[in-house]
Amino acid sequence: MMQTKTIRFRLNGVEREETVDVRASLTDMLRNDYSLTSVKKGCEVGECGACAVLIDGQCFNSCIYLAIWADGKDILTVEGLKGENGALHPIQQAFVDEAAIQCGFCTPGIIMTALELLNRGKKYTMEELRREISGHLCRCTGYENILRALERALNGAPSSHDANRD
Amino acid sequence: MSVTGKSVPRVDAPDKSRGRARYTADLCPKDALIIRLVRSEIAHGRILSVDTSEAERVPGVVRIFTCFDVPDRPFPTAGHPWSCDPAHQDIADRLLLEKHVRYYGDEFAAVVAETELAAAQAARLVRAEYEEYPFVLDQQEAMQPGAPVVHDAYPDNVLKHTHGQSGDWEEAVSEPGLLCLDKWYETVPVQHCHIENPICYAYMEQGRVVVVTSTQIPHIVRRVVGQALGLPWGKVRIIKPYIGGGFGNKQDALYEPLCAWIATQLDRTVLLDLSREETFGCTRVRHGIRFRLATWFRPDGTFVARKMESYAQQGVYASHGHSIAAKGTSAFAQLYRCKAWEYDARTIFTNTPTAGAMRAYGIPQVTFAMESHCDDIAHMLNMDPMELRLKNIMEQGYTDAFTGNVNRWPSHEQCMEKGAARLDWAARRALYNEPQTGPVRRGIGMSVFWYNTGVYPISLELSGCRMILNQDGSLQMFCGETEIGQGADTAFAQMAADSVGLRFEDIHVISTQDTDVHPYGSGAYASRQTYVAGMAIHKTGLALRARILKAAEEQCGVPAEELDVRDGLVIGKASGDTLISVADLAEAVLYSLDHAEQLSAEETNQCRSNAYSFGCCFAEVEADVPLCRAQVTRIINVHDAGRLINPALAEGQVHGGMSMAIGYGMGEQMLFDPATGKLLNGNLLDYKLSTAMDHPCLESAFVENPEPTSPFGVKALGEPPAVPAASAIRNAILQATGVPVDRLPLTPPTLFGRFREEGLL
Repeated sequence: MMQTKTIRFRLNGVEREETVDVRASLTDMLRNDYSLTSVKKGCEVGECGACAVLIDGQCFNSCIYLAIWADGKDILTVEGLKGENGALHPIQQAFVDEAAIQCGFCTPGIIMTALELLNRGKKYTMEELRREISGHLCRCTGYENILRALERALNGAPSSHDANRD
Repeated sequence: MSVTGKSVPRVDAPDKSRGRARYTADLCPKDALIIRLVRSEIAHGRILSVDTSEAERVPGVVRIFTCFDVPDRPFPTAGHPWSCDPAHQDIADRLLLEKHVRYYGDEFAAVVAETELAAAQAARLVRAEYEEYPFVLDQQEAMQPGAPVVHDAYPDNVLKHTHGQSGDWEEAVSEPGLLCLDKWYETVPVQHCHIENPICYAYMEQGRVVVVTSTQIPHIVRRVVGQALGLPWGKVRIIKPYIGGGFGNKQDALYEPLCAWIATQLDRTVLLDLSREETFGCTRVRHGIRFRLATWFRPDGTFVARKMESYAQQGVYASHGHSIAAKGTSAFAQLYRCKAWEYDARTIFTNTPTAGAMRAYGIPQVTFAMESHCDDIAHMLNMDPMELRLKNIMEQGYTDAFTGNVNRWPSHEQCMEKGAARLDWAARRALYNEPQTGPVRRGIGMSVFWYNTGVYPISLELSGCRMILNQDGSLQMFCGETEIGQGADTAFAQMAADSVGLRFEDIHVISTQDTDVHPYGSGAYASRQTYVAGMAIHKTGLALRARILKAAEEQCGVPAEELDVRDGLVIGKASGDTLISVADLAEAVLYSLDHAEQLSAEETNQCRSNAYSFGCCFAEVEADVPLCRAQVTRIINVHDAGRLINPALAEGQVHGGMSMAIGYGMGEQMLFDPATGKLLNGNLLDYKLSTAMDHPCLESAFVENPEPTSPFGVKALGEPPAVPAASAIRNAILQATGVPVDRLPLTPPTLFGRFREEGLL
């Protein structure tokens, strides 16, 4: 029979209390109860990274994270990202400017990893960036423009729009 | 100011970056019932009976449909436009649920329940009694006498065999002094791996069935659902929101017919959301094709006669069928000159998942074979592979009588020249030709490809567009063609802005296709949309511009012929002075008490042309002989896709295709258990999709020869980037190690076997 548990957590800056099915994944809770559509389901077994969210500042695949484990945690999804005056966050803007978004299904998850990387406050080599996002699968972009967006958002690299083309 | 040719940001990128672009799962009502399919656990047999009694006792189960409940009305699934000629219609070999299960995973029952959990639990409790048959997994084994028969209507399992020839074969091969190379090459099935799995939900509305689905082809799915359910096509409405990639898998009516039928039976909203494992094993795959290529050539490298046999593994259902192998025969016949050629192409049913369309439709396979073969000939002659290609490549001016395609420009030569310069081909080729004896050896390889644009004249090419001007001078545009991640909406908006004379930001593309609202468009496939929809947008834009000018004539008293629309302003052609803004004009016209009208235009354009789209890839590898591993260190694709509407997005298309092609070359394959026929690696852990760590920087370059049949000078770019890399990498390994590897993917087990055979290990 269904067992439930009441948990308290912070979601995108708002304190929440909710009674959840102990078997529910965090993905299901975020999508079904809060309509957070940035949290995508691509495999539901932690292989693709489309459902990634920040939990206490660290990126997790929410599909293999039980909702009840969120008790006491601070959860951030792309919906909680804000730039100044409602504008896009600089990471989002870099993804837009570098044409790093195609179908867009993997995008929010990668942006959350990028945010974790940004919050570490360091610069990254290209090899480090490749390793850091290797838990996210993207079939559209070949990762190339995503890496350019990350270089720009995390390392302050200038726009590479025309750098690699002639 | 023209906006085509500019790298404007995508219109959908901000919403996608915020996670608020709506995909099918985001739109499904929360009270939808959940469908879970029950699948065959044998590779071939007949369902004698289905016991649902235990499953029905699971709380929350609403209904269980089995293969004995569905109508006996076979339907086709391929995403091709309808043909009024029965001889050209796709093979109708599917039922909604199958009694004759033909592969491990074939669906024979559907559980409908209140919750996902109940549906999953009940599905596990449905029991089938089978009459088991032998099965066959290999296409050439399936052709042997006595092989298991997949479809009774095809006793030899051959779905189709086509033969083609040109020139006097006997005369050509009897030339004295010819050399000949006769070899086999093999490609294997791979999966599209779009990150959003196929998903759809269906409901009833005013006596019609509505399906919201992640598809590339809403108008075609509408027709297939109508066929499958025996409904007039007007009784079916398809809605296509944003989709998380398709790559050809969603150029098929996958589960929309079943979902729609269940909605009609229950009169409830029902959701069918496939798992990743079902996507791998039970949707579509790319055909594995085995090739035998034989080329007769002169000692100077001139090709004289060429022959190809191909054997395509169809899997269980016809889907796109022989069209894929057939496209490969066009590439074979046209890419290289010779006095005589001959091909035999066969597509063969096997008890494996159905093969269908996947990015570049047969051309990645045939290109691997042809371009590997080309380097094998160069290797034999100790000749530069690029020089060999330049000697034999399709000549400028070549015209294909069937499609009317003309090789108008020296595209091949220009692309090769550019790629060679970027990767310093001559110097590196010479350097790596020096004897290499260490464990890590380097090589550089290349590959060219043939592609065309759209499906004319094999199939219908029709595209509709509607533009409705708002009171502020902006407009809504409705195209039948679909955004599937490639950036179609943005390119369409750019083309619309230039066609009407408005600013880019004034074009609102209605992205979600709704067959009740949007004019007909066949959809996203065959790299057709920028070319074909471009014609429709241009035609509609000019019609709207004419209406705007007519209205301006009435308002301003200046003859329309003397006016033009530019950047949202009506200007005098001669003076360039602004008479009135389109915004002021639109408002005045809509609210005029004398002669009010909403300025709009709608046109449908039938495209009766095609266009070649050529290019090449250069790749450099490091091959670690003892570890049997190859690593790509540099790679570049060069394309002549005509004029680029949006260079940044074009570059993105090339990156994605290259990544897919590197995966095709280096790691991707579907593995089947020979004992059971079960797919062994149907998940994203065991199926090796490229991560960001698996390839180097992806470089791209373009040659922009304008295509005269397109008002914007464009031709195919969606699929071609996925074509050439696998053979370029293979050829680089050949230079590095001296070992030709003739089977994809180039994984360590394959390289180990070949290095052993060639005495490197």
